[in-house]
Amino acid sequence: MNTSSPAHKMAVAFARILRGAGIDVPLDSVIVFVSALSKVGLENRDDVYWAAYATLIRRHEDSQIFDRAFAIFWDQLIAVDTATYEQQTESVTLLIDSEDTNNDESNAAPVNEDENTIALRFSSIETLREKDFAAYSETELREAEQFMSSLKLAGPPKRSLRLQKANRKGSRHDIRRTMRAVLQNDGEPIERYWREPSTKLRRLVVLLDISGSMEPYARALLRFMHAAVVGRQRVEAFTLGTRLTRITRELTNRDPDRALARTSAQVSDWSGGTRLGECLQNFNDNWGVGSLARGSIFVILSDGWDRGEPQVLAEQMLRLQRVAFRVIWVNPLKVSPGYAPLARGMAAAMPYIDDFVEGHSLEALRELTAVIARESHESSKTRKVVSNA
Amino acid sequence: MSLQSVADVRSALDEHNYLASDGLATAVFLAISLNRPLLLEGEAGVGKTELAKVLATIRNSELIRLQCYEGIDAAQAMYDWDYSRQLLHLRTVEATGEATSIGAEKLEGQLYSERFLIRRALLQAIDQHTGVSPVLLIDEIDRADDEFEAYLLEVLSDFQITIPELGTYKATTPPLVVLTSNRTRDVHDALKRRCLYHWVEHPDFDREVEIVKRRVPQVAETLARQVAAAVEALRKMQLYKPPGVAETIDWATALGRLGVGELDESVVQATLGTVLKYREDHERVRESGVATLVKQAFERGLYSN
Repeated sequence: MNTSSPAHKMAVAFARILRGAGIDVPLDSVIVFVSALSKVGLENRDDVYWAAYATLIRRHEDSQIFDRAFAIFWDQLIAVDTATYEQQTESVTLLIDSEDTNNDESNAAPVNEDENTIALRFSSIETLREKDFAAYSETELREAEQFMSSLKLAGPPKRSLRLQKANRKGSRHDIRRTMRAVLQNDGEPIERYWREPSTKLRRLVVLLDISGSMEPYARALLRFMHAAVVGRQRVEAFTLGTRLTRITRELTNRDPDRALARTSAQVSDWSGGTRLGECLQNFNDNWGVGSLARGSIFVILSDGWDRGEPQVLAEQMLRLQRVAFRVIWVNPLKVSPGYAPLARGMAAAMPYIDDFVEGHSLEALRELTAVIARESHESSKTRKVVSNA
Repeated sequence: MSLQSVADVRSALDEHNYLASDGLATAVFLAISLNRPLLLEGEAGVGKTELAKVLATIRNSELIRLQCYEGIDAAQAMYDWDYSRQLLHLRTVEATGEATSIGAEKLEGQLYSERFLIRRALLQAIDQHTGVSPVLLIDEIDRADDEFEAYLLEVLSDFQITIPELGTYKATTPPLVVLTSNRTRDVHDALKRRCLYHWVEHPDFDREVEIVKRRVPQVAETLARQVAAAVEALRKMQLYKPPGVAETIDWATALGRLGVGELDESVVQATLGTVLKYREDHERVRESGVATLVKQAFERGLYSN
């Protein structure tokens, strides 16, 4: 096939549109797409659509963007000659992006009434370690990042089913190694070797509330999450506000500024309202209960201000608590004198939380890592899974 | 059977009572014609595993299934040595005095020969020289650890396995590989890049009716429509575990066995356990009213084309 064949042009142009829309399309996928096109032909819209889907998409979450990008792409293809749409790629990309932001219902959401009081409540403290995140300057945030990366977020290890070499007598015979030794000893089984279960890190799932009331803290806590994702293997990160957004991938970039920029682009409900219950339900339905949260340490960073129905939140917290190893709620407001978990959401969630900790300063985050690392939930308080009322 | 186009694939699947959407048929066609593994994701019970089984029947080939689980390693997925038989062999050779005559090197060669090799699923799928290449189903890949995916890379891109003692095994015709994942974690990009991807959706109403009629032939058209309609309504109820096609079929089978002709409130209450597996889901349905559900199903069931 000649390099300027219509299939090549089509594949390359469409890959560019997808990349512009934020989907990662490696070159080898484009090559497979071209060969797929040679099998299904270019005439039928459905065939091209599904060939592109099978070869270029690797995550279900990208389906919607893909769908829109394809619609735009195909319509243009009909309208204009193949040769000219390369230049139009830019404008198409813009279209997709702007559509995304315009559609968002949360931009105009009212600022939580609580915001001003938070800023007053936590006046700055002398040292950075104890300083409230709300009072941080941009430079201080960068300095804090260093400290955050030094926090080792290692939860208690979990027994894995994978076996490893044991140095002492264990319960399972390592026949493979024993056999090797037998051969070296001229067929005499002199020494027996053993295997034992290895351990692995428990998955850590972090949900950050990015609603208006959490704004003073969100930027610092997001850096904390970045440090966690980069520094530890099994961390999943989400933001919640009016909707749930998975940001693990965006945060994996080691450069904090780029990681945060990518995250900001991905999350569309910054400083909007809060619907904790619905977001959590979304998490439970699509990620959590089946899988992600099972046996994991679950950390929610939120002030507990919820505009949704408290019952919804309580019900979802119950579901979560049943499958998670431990549920930790980090509330930056907890430090204030006389704080009581009276915010509706917070009150609804309280019965299902294993550890309730502060999260307003670096020192508080250090304590959080200690809580995460604690061996079992029994040590903090006797865990009772609340039965259904 | 020759599968030369998307339409061929769809009608072949259709003949074996698997009603595929356009997207899925295209993905299968491409997997076959481009020799690429097909990664299927989707909710539990939408027929991911079933597809692999049907494909094996269509191609008239063997289905080799590798069920993944936490801790699975190369010895369980690729090959292992039969150590007890090796030891036994060693003892026999010694006892008969053969050991001294054949020499250590030759003895070791005997021990690590194909005779003592245990072929696990992946090696079986690759080391096939007769007939049609098999369908290799790697089920629930997300349950295996990340490390295991690394083993799969060589197998899935080059369709070969290297055994240090014996050399490299390479498939003469690569198997048709279907991987399924329930997304309990993200499958690594390196693996995904070697695969074609398809997200399997719940079928729409008409297709679901058709599936019930095909899979549970003893159930009449009216009941099939009502069941499909009720399941469709249940899926919209924000349940913990929305029923999949597998549950629809179970339900219809149960109703067929009970000799039910049409849904009514008491029948639904008695058999809801075949569809919903959480107590909370049962409560939710009860709260919103079984009667409403039945009524909805009735109206939808009546409305025909």
